[in-house]
Amino acid sequence: MSSNQPSHDDDHLVATEDLAPTVHGEKAVDLATGPARPGVPKKDPILVADHITRSFGGVHAVDVDHVEIPRHAITALIGPNGAGKTTLFNLLSGFDRPDTGEWEFNGRSLAGIPAWKAARRGQVRTFQLTKVLNRLTVLDSMKLGASKQKGESLLFSVLPFTWRAQEKQIEERALVLLEKFRLLDKKDDYAAALSGGQRKLLEMARALMTDPEFVLLDEPMAGVNPALVQSLLDHVVNLKREGMTVLFVEHDMHMVRHIADWVVVMAEGRVVAEGPPQEVMKDEAVVDAYLGSHLDQDIGVITGRYDEEGNRIP
Amino acid sequence: MDWGQILNNTLSFMLSTETIGFMLAALGLAIHFGYAGLLNFGMAGFMAIGAYGYAISILSFGFPWWAAMGVSIAGAVVFAVLLGIPTLRLRADYLAIVTIAAAEIVRLLFQTQLFDEWTNSADGLGGYHASFRDANPLPAGSFTLGPWSYTSDQWWARLFGLVLVAVAVLLVWLIMRSPWGRVLKGIREDEDAVRSLGKNVFAYKMQALVLGGVLGSLGGVVIALPSAVIPQYYLPSLTFFVWTALLLGGAATIFGPVLGAVIYWALMAFLSGVLPAMAGEGWLPMTETQAGYLRYVLVGLALMLLVAFRPQGLLGNKKEMTFVK
Ligand SMILES: Nc1ncnc2c1ncn2[C@@H]1O[C@H](COP(=O)(O)OP(=O)(O)OP(=O)(O)O)[C@@H](O)[C@H]1O
Ligand SMILES: [Mg+2]
Repeated sequence: MSSNQPSHDDDHLVATEDLAPTVHGEKAVDLATGPARPGVPKKDPILVADHITRSFGGVHAVDVDHVEIPRHAITALIGPNGAGKTTLFNLLSGFDRPDTGEWEFNGRSLAGIPAWKAARRGQVRTFQLTKVLNRLTVLDSMKLGASKQKGESLLFSVLPFTWRAQEKQIEERALVLLEKFRLLDKKDDYAAALSGGQRKLLEMARALMTDPEFVLLDEPMAGVNPALVQSLLDHVVNLKREGMTVLFVEHDMHMVRHIADWVVVMAEGRVVAEGPPQEVMKDEAVVDAYLGSHLDQDIGVITGRYDEEGNRIP
Repeated sequence: MDWGQILNNTLSFMLSTETIGFMLAALGLAIHFGYAGLLNFGMAGFMAIGAYGYAISILSFGFPWWAAMGVSIAGAVVFAVLLGIPTLRLRADYLAIVTIAAAEIVRLLFQTQLFDEWTNSADGLGGYHASFRDANPLPAGSFTLGPWSYTSDQWWARLFGLVLVAVAVLLVWLIMRSPWGRVLKGIREDEDAVRSLGKNVFAYKMQALVLGGVLGSLGGVVIALPSAVIPQYYLPSLTFFVWTALLLGGAATIFGPVLGAVIYWALMAFLSGVLPAMAGEGWLPMTETQAGYLRYVLVGLALMLLVAFRPQGLLGNKKEMTFVK
């Protein structure tokens, strides 16, 4: 981690503009093959989705005609509450089945593939409503995340000598990640004993244990205090540096602007705009969909995270 | 009141084949419920399959005792798979409903006249003991060890049962401390989280259902070893007695089911001696027979208090259970 970490003293009321990553990866530019518009093809897409629809009763929760996620970049998925972001995540990750639609990950179709297989192919996700494993210790939760474990087969489980060496490596990797996510001193606590923000951190760290290629994060910063948001931003930027691709949902435009290379905007189930952050924020469709009648206000105010003066609401 | 006899009877029950069979079945339930979070309310079905598989293989097909036990195990595997395929994708509470119904179906199939030729319907099966007794390595006669005095054949059944328990305890201990056990515990906490990490949750739940079911089936065999197989024994109440033993000891523990089975049967034996005696002395306003049945009421009450005030059981981890919502 970089040396200029914020101290815990400035935990309180950090103005949003201060929340920038302390590491600066090159912003990926020139990702699309043409001018920014909804569904624009990417030069090197990791995920390509077509005609994905999902309705609940009469609600068209997702109705995405075409979208591509650029590889080795951080893509932000934004949109008002109920826009269908989480539903799209569920569909892409195999946790829900679409009414129609096709999508490919790394050129291979993922439609109809169960969630666990999608994860094995290198596409891991976290949940908006954090899912921690309450009665497992933090360290055990992390170790559970590691893939290709020999001891996870029933046959080898009763022969500890077949998996002990691998277990040790996994533990070392888990400890490094826990240190990065500032959870090291909690390693022997039950996950149930963690705070809301710490659970978000654990979930993200646990997902990284799978050694993913593509990480889908559903509101990773929600409920995390500003000092930690700072280091989370660093983590996300570092993921890209390490060669991963990130798609994350976030309501906080300041953060999106800071770390996203590309922004996809959803409203009422559709992709209404996409493009580099600076351009998208000015897009009229976005302003309409996202800001509605609150044109004159800061977006942080609308999402309820900041008060009128731009102070973070704890 | 004859305290000596009541105590003797209590001690004797602690080493009965029924107690030993309960240890195995409760250990199976520990895998299901304690480690995998599967609410199996059909353990009696697995036990019936074990007992009938054993008895029918010997009586109708002339199998030696060990091959008959293999049939019991295979029967439990098939039953678990049939049960698991439609239900393991559902939520835990639905599994509970399906298992209780499936166990009743199994019992009624053994009880019906339809298969009388093999099952002897409501009268049940007996007289299948020769093969197992022929394998008895102990010298003839009877032996006394502390408060336990049995014939050679009785000791053989108990020793065999205890060896099975020891092997089962060792196996469960090994797998639960392995990465396999970690995945299972993760599934108990949140299936979707485990799924998102690339684990085939369905396969793990199926393996757990099969493994616990096989232990339940072997429990049924051990109980049947020296006695008879009667369909009325495999009522849903049997399942709940096994649950009581499990919860007494501690659901997510290795030795809890073993201890729980011992305590459960000691308690039952003690109460079935002491309550009628108290009624006989005129201390209870009922007949001796009525007082005898009171033990089920008291054990039920104990179970309720236990779950309310010590859900982790006697051997469970207090800290862990603070997080049971
Ligand atoms: N399981 C469900 N059953 C019925 N309706 C659902 C279900 N899941 C989502 N919806 C509906 O689909 C729409 C999209 O929901 P979704 O959770 O995807 O929104 P979102 O963009 O993630 O919003 P937020 O920013 O609040 O998390 C909403 O109108 C919601 O009510
Ligand atoms: Mg959402």
